[in-house]
Amino acid sequence: MEILGLYYYWVFAILLMVGLYAVIAKRNLVKKLIGLTLFQSAVFLLYITMGKVDDGTAPIFSVTGSNIFSNPLPQVLILTAIVVGISTTALGLGIVVRLKEEYGTIEENEIQEIDER
Amino acid sequence: MIVIFGVFLLTLLVITAIAIVRTENLFVAVMLQGIASLFIAGNFFLLDAADVALTEAAIGAGISTVLFLSALALTSERERSKSSNKMLSFTVVAVAALVLIYATFDKPRFGDPNAPVQTHVAPWYLEKTPEYIDIPNVVTAVLGSYRGYDTLGEVLVVFTAGIGVLFLLGSGAPLGSLPQEKINEGLRHHLIPRVVGRVLIPFILLFGLYVQFHGEYGPGGGFQAGAIIAAAIILFALLEGEQRALSVIPARVLLGLVAFGPLLYLAVGIAGIVLGGNFLDYSVLSSDSVTGQQLGILLIEAGVGITVTGVLLSIFHAFAARGR
Repeated sequence: MEILGLYYYWVFAILLMVGLYAVIAKRNLVKKLIGLTLFQSAVFLLYITMGKVDDGTAPIFSVTGSNIFSNPLPQVLILTAIVVGISTTALGLGIVVRLKEEYGTIEENEIQEIDER
Repeated sequence: MIVIFGVFLLTLLVITAIAIVRTENLFVAVMLQGIASLFIAGNFFLLDAADVALTEAAIGAGISTVLFLSALALTSERERSKSSNKMLSFTVVAVAALVLIYATFDKPRFGDPNAPVQTHVAPWYLEKTPEYIDIPNVVTAVLGSYRGYDTLGEVLVVFTAGIGVLFLLGSGAPLGSLPQEKINEGLRHHLIPRVVGRVLIPFILLFGLYVQFHGEYGPGGGFQAGAIIAAAIILFALLEGEQRALSVIPARVLLGLVAFGPLLYLAVGIAGIVLGGNFLDYSVLSSDSVTGQQLGILLIEAGVGITVTGVLLSIFHAFAARGR
């Protein structure tokens, strides 16, 4: 269990940084948004990992179930965050589509060149 | 056994994430992202978060992929320019990753029941839910009642984002003005997707309604149900063409749903004040406070479901209409 716990946190760190790398280094705006989504997923994973309790089950009372439950609070926060995340990503994609229509490209450096002309 | 499965899923997740960043074909990246979402949903399930797993599977692997693909259809499928300052970005990211990994050694042990996060308000929620609200699913109780304010905020964010997309892209040209050849036929001429879709869509809709109204007793609720129902209708639009989907649920009706959901939520909150309680206090909605709580949660979950369905479908149609 010890190793698995640390492994979850390490995957969180790596996933977060892979997402951040896409946001910093890539010039394509859609790719940046994909990176942002990965970044976001890493945070979700961290929250849910912290809510886990040994031998716990999903926090739903049932007739036969055990009485050890994982923490419901991080689950609520992330549940709503996922839906908010997709809405804001859609807004970002909307902006990218409008940029493409105005500039004819979605590469950051080309947009900058056009602006400087 | 679960340990091995968890490590396996996480390793696949990291490999997928690296592949997403490395590929220059955006179509491939979006598809891989759907797969990554599925791995994350599997992990959530292993971590006892059934509600979250359901949401991630419906949103991340389903709707997010469709939205990214419709955006790609309007932009371009390949990255053209090389990455900027590759070495510098890689160094920054690698150092930050090492710092984060170093920090993980100080975190409470995984699954520790005495970790600070487990000893704050969570035990109170678990202990008092049977007494105050008396529904089995504590996640729904926290979402709908204890943190109702928070959820109202989230619903309004979803609402605002939907309105924002409609402002940016417009809600589409009226159908009558379209020339015949521009009308999207979808996959209507492909036999197999059509037959399979016809069989699947009613059951997906039924499942969506089950998830909506069973949210108090099992994993589910308005957010998940809204995403599932929207996914079913998007599937219908992909198979039968966007116009047919719009003739089933016209854009005006969708806009009505987008506005009606938050209004229903707010109305339940204000009803609490009118009946002598606080904003979003459901106890006063009925003569018995437990019944009142259950009624309030049922109503606000309906509001959430309506908003999410309306917003996701409006966004989808806004992207699809832009392509015409």
